[in-house]
Amino acid sequence: MRLLAAAEGAEFHVPTIAELFEWVPFATYKLAGITFHLSWMIVFLFATVALLTLIWVIGFANFKLVPSGLQNFLEVGVDFVRENIVHPTIGPEGERFMPFLTSMFFFVFSLNVLGIIPGIQFPITSRMAFPAFLALLSYVLFLFVGIRSQGFGHYFGGIMFPSGVPKPIYLILTPVEVLSTLIFRPLTLAVRLFANMVAGHVMLAIFFGATAYFLLHGEGILLRVLSPFPFVMSIILVGFELFIAGIQAFIFTILTAVYIAGAMHPEH
Amino acid sequence: MQLLAQAAEAANLAPIGQGLVYGLASIGPAIAVGLVFSNAIQAIARQPEAAGLVRPIMFLGFALAEALALLGFVLFFLIG
Repeated sequence: MRLLAAAEGAEFHVPTIAELFEWVPFATYKLAGITFHLSWMIVFLFATVALLTLIWVIGFANFKLVPSGLQNFLEVGVDFVRENIVHPTIGPEGERFMPFLTSMFFFVFSLNVLGIIPGIQFPITSRMAFPAFLALLSYVLFLFVGIRSQGFGHYFGGIMFPSGVPKPIYLILTPVEVLSTLIFRPLTLAVRLFANMVAGHVMLAIFFGATAYFLLHGEGILLRVLSPFPFVMSIILVGFELFIAGIQAFIFTILTAVYIAGAMHPEH
Repeated sequence: MQLLAQAAEAANLAPIGQGLVYGLASIGPAIAVGLVFSNAIQAIARQPEAAGLVRPIMFLGFALAEALALLGFVLFFLIG
């Protein structure tokens, strides 16, 4: 947004990648010895959480068996999570994870979609803290489900020594399995969401900035005539970012469900 | 060879390394993810009733195959 604020004739400032993602704090306060910085992104984060909570609480305030109005609309969302995420992976006994998975899906989707809402245009999940914490939640959850349904020794024994494998193979299989299950799963959950949002934000910034540069700061007539091309590309990218926001939320949630299912009933 | 070594020390090779690490790291996983999804699509197309069985395995395979590309992305930030 600071790119487009440059007036015609002024110097065009190309931001670095670090600059694209910095949160400029406008207030600082200390609480119990910890310094908190308040920036607009924090405001938008809490506003998103408040809006989501408000919509879902109001929609289901007096919920009826035959839905209508907002409850009907929200039940489409709940049905989507149940039919496409919980039932194919965990099955009917996954119903007790429905609140967690539905909240996670809509929370991640809302945070992702903030990247294309005009005025905000910053996907909050492109700061590593948020995907990292969500991945940590999924990690703790599927470890907890595994330990509770199979017992501590049986669960970790099943991860480290999968059955049906001749004994010498365990030398190479066990480290690979431990790495893949206990370390890769939360790490890739976090990095996948983070990388997609970072890449999308950088691409949007490049094409928006290119449109502004071609139109306002280009020398001669050629660049100004060519400026519709990055403009059309930025329109296409906004639609693509919406699609990616939905897909990444879906993949995060369905992978959490797959890991929970793997912890509850181990594949033989 | 001396000149080459001196030039390599003088030039800043970190951005080249950064670009190479992610570019090379994403070739294999791109092919692997394509294979996973193409086989899943074929399996579901041949037998639509198997969609419920195939889909969780498809996502699990996708996650494992993409893990290596994401490692390359992480190394991009670790290098410079």
